[in-house]
Amino acid sequence: MIGEIGHFALALGCILALVQAILPLIGAHRADARLMALASPLAGAQLIAIASAFGALLWAFAVNDTTVSNVVLNSHSQKPLLYKFSGAWGNHEGSMVLWVLILALCGGAVAGFGRDLPSALQARVIGILGLIAVGFLGFIIFTSNPFERVWPPPMDGQGLNPILQDPGLAFHPPMLYLGYVGYAVTFAFAVAALLEGRVDAAWGRWVRPWSLAAWSFLTLGIALGSWWAYYELGWGGYWFWDPVENASLLPWLIGTALLHSAIVVEKRESLKIWTVLLAILAFGMSLLGTFLVRSGVLNSVHAFANDPARGVFILALLMAYVAGALALFAWRAPKLGGTGIFAPISREGGLVLNNLLLCSIAAVVLVGTLWPMFADIMFGAKISVGAPFFNAATAPLAIPLVAAMAVGPLLAWKRADLAGALQRLWWVGALAVASAFLTLLVAGYHVLPALGFAAAAWLIGGATADLLDRIAAFRRPSQAWNRARGLPRAAWGSAIAHAGMGVTFAGLAGMGLATDTLVALKPGEATQLAGYEWRLERIRDVQGPNWSARRATVTVLDGGRVVTVLEPEKRFFPVGRMNTTEAAIHTNALRDLYAVLGDERDGGGVLRLHHNPLAPWIWFGAVIMALGGGLSLSDRRIRVSAPSRKAAAATA
Amino acid sequence: MSDNAPPKRPRRWMLYAPLGLAAAAGAGFYAMLQGLQDGSYDPRGVPSVLLGKPAPEFSLPALESVALPALAAEDLRGPLPGPVLVNFWASWCAPCIIEHPQLMRLSREGVAVYGINYKDRIPEAGAFLQRHGNPYRRLGRDEPGRTAIDWGVYGVPETYLLDRQGMIRWRWAGPITADTLENELRPLLRRYA
Repeated sequence: MIGEIGHFALALGCILALVQAILPLIGAHRADARLMALASPLAGAQLIAIASAFGALLWAFAVNDTTVSNVVLNSHSQKPLLYKFSGAWGNHEGSMVLWVLILALCGGAVAGFGRDLPSALQARVIGILGLIAVGFLGFIIFTSNPFERVWPPPMDGQGLNPILQDPGLAFHPPMLYLGYVGYAVTFAFAVAALLEGRVDAAWGRWVRPWSLAAWSFLTLGIALGSWWAYYELGWGGYWFWDPVENASLLPWLIGTALLHSAIVVEKRESLKIWTVLLAILAFGMSLLGTFLVRSGVLNSVHAFANDPARGVFILALLMAYVAGALALFAWRAPKLGGTGIFAPISREGGLVLNNLLLCSIAAVVLVGTLWPMFADIMFGAKISVGAPFFNAATAPLAIPLVAAMAVGPLLAWKRADLAGALQRLWWVGALAVASAFLTLLVAGYHVLPALGFAAAAWLIGGATADLLDRIAAFRRPSQAWNRARGLPRAAWGSAIAHAGMGVTFAGLAGMGLATDTLVALKPGEATQLAGYEWRLERIRDVQGPNWSARRATVTVLDGGRVVTVLEPEKRFFPVGRMNTTEAAIHTNALRDLYAVLGDERDGGGVLRLHHNPLAPWIWFGAVIMALGGGLSLSDRRIRVSAPSRKAAAATA
Repeated sequence: MSDNAPPKRPRRWMLYAPLGLAAAAGAGFYAMLQGLQDGSYDPRGVPSVLLGKPAPEFSLPALESVALPALAAEDLRGPLPGPVLVNFWASWCAPCIIEHPQLMRLSREGVAVYGINYKDRIPEAGAFLQRHGNPYRRLGRDEPGRTAIDWGVYGVPETYLLDRQGMIRWRWAGPITADTLENELRPLLRRYA
């Protein structure tokens, strides 16, 4: 019964979305206030319908309703409750319901928070979000019904892929989807602007919080996924340039560019066409990722079980939305006009450079990800593009990007004094060079880690210099405190986010100095790694709630003193008959000691041991970046909303 | 109301470029989806061009430190008494250690496992077999790695299954884990027995 209600709610949501897509758009076109006023209530109703459907799905998983085939395939009565819930979105059908739920939340948020928006713009944005929802709800209802029944019901479910039974992964998809789907809103703003044929400062100010929110969630989502890969997959790596990882990085890169170019639109009424294009592309990249993961055209650890009919449907949606928006762009963009001239050495000049570099990196990643697939289909050539290509191709672009990241915020709008900015950064530059030399001195000849530490020092120092400069800490120290309190939160946010990037760079550089070893040890035997003595004590059996495991006990000693006891496991999940490795990690924030248990033989076991300097900083930096984004979002100027559009139009 | 005319009009064709690229990518993706359905496109990476064909011509010397006969393409020409596995391995390859117990098991069960020792040193290769056991009936030494290139080997370990007519039926890049053995290899061995 609950399942049927959920299914019905999805269908209802689809019809509401269709109405939401048609009436407000007609209303905005005809300037009919009554039709436009329908937009917000429709978005609210749509949210209620989709939330009910999602609730019904959660319910089916929580009570382990084995008449629902999705539950049978992905859940089991013995599973902890958290993973019953995460199982609801850990599969293709359920994750699509989560996807449309977040889309409906975005629609509700535009309706709720957007009361100060010009009504035509709001109606158009909500209408376009409705249009997107129609497609994806249709996709769910026609190809991926999560409430499909099975009769007679099996005794119990088949369990969730054990690799996915993990707290990190339980929250990875929702975070990621909040990011992906958040870009649907900026996309809707872009399409609305094209329909209106107008982009102005108010538009830039409206787009910025949405792109900030989407960007912050996407940053967290990517970091969570990377962290999960690090501790759960047991390969000791954090980023593998896997096509699906790249698919999440692409909207992040484009979204970061969008975030910055929207500032130029807001402050200087410039870069309008470019910003609209970025907003379309950011969502296009999100949809591309959805297509790649769910259609079966690529081979990846992340891919869902696939069905080509679904692939054709998603491709049709992708083309309808992205190609449709790009066609509208080609037709209407000339009306937006107004790419003003500005000096290359200026804040906006710096932001243009940022955009060029970010988009170049995105282009490299996109080509590297798609090229093997296209080479296969066009020339029948089987090639693989791996980490060496991506590292070699993105590093030359990342270096100038990092260099500019610290300088840009110190430049003034319109016409800036580069020499003056560099002068204020002299101590930061010295710090960066010193970090590089120190790395070479301490760790030996490792060029990339040295560059990474230099980048970290440059970014963190640059953000500090920027803040010190803004509060005039040296010029008028007595008033610094008051100035710091008066500084807009957006300024704090951007400095913190830039510094967060620096922290991540430090982590990446530290991982560049990581060492590991593969040893076969018998109980009582020990090995040396990174100045520590690693001693295997014993290997024994342990029982978990829905798994059994072999657990090794490894004592790590530093000069005879016990640092920690690591207990890596190999878990066996009887339901689903699958093994997972549970790496044991000990961190003190400056380095991770990481142990993985391999095969056992002759009473001993194969152990893979890693020493990963500064590894946690990679994800810690991402959290700082997202915090910066959040702080920026809470800026008064954003909360209190933009000045009404009429006023902006009147002065133009 | 509207902005002033821009000083330099953007070239109109450039505004169509994103649309053109997206359309081309869409066409490519559509071709891939069609290929998935009729089997001409397979992203699961490693369909060997050799599938359904006999083994390429080669003749390898024996490994001096081990008393095993050498391996050449003639040994893989049908009719054979049963299906044959050809396993590329090396003593320096860690996944080969993971794979080894499965090969030993197959060998004990009477499956013909032929080995090709890839870019290895003679004493190390001998020591490896001494330490972990020898699953191979024949063993060729491919020190220059030429034979591996002719077979299209990605890396070691890599294993091929040949049927009784000597046709290559299956290729596995990476170690044969216990799981691979039960779920992939055994059904094939039964099928081609």
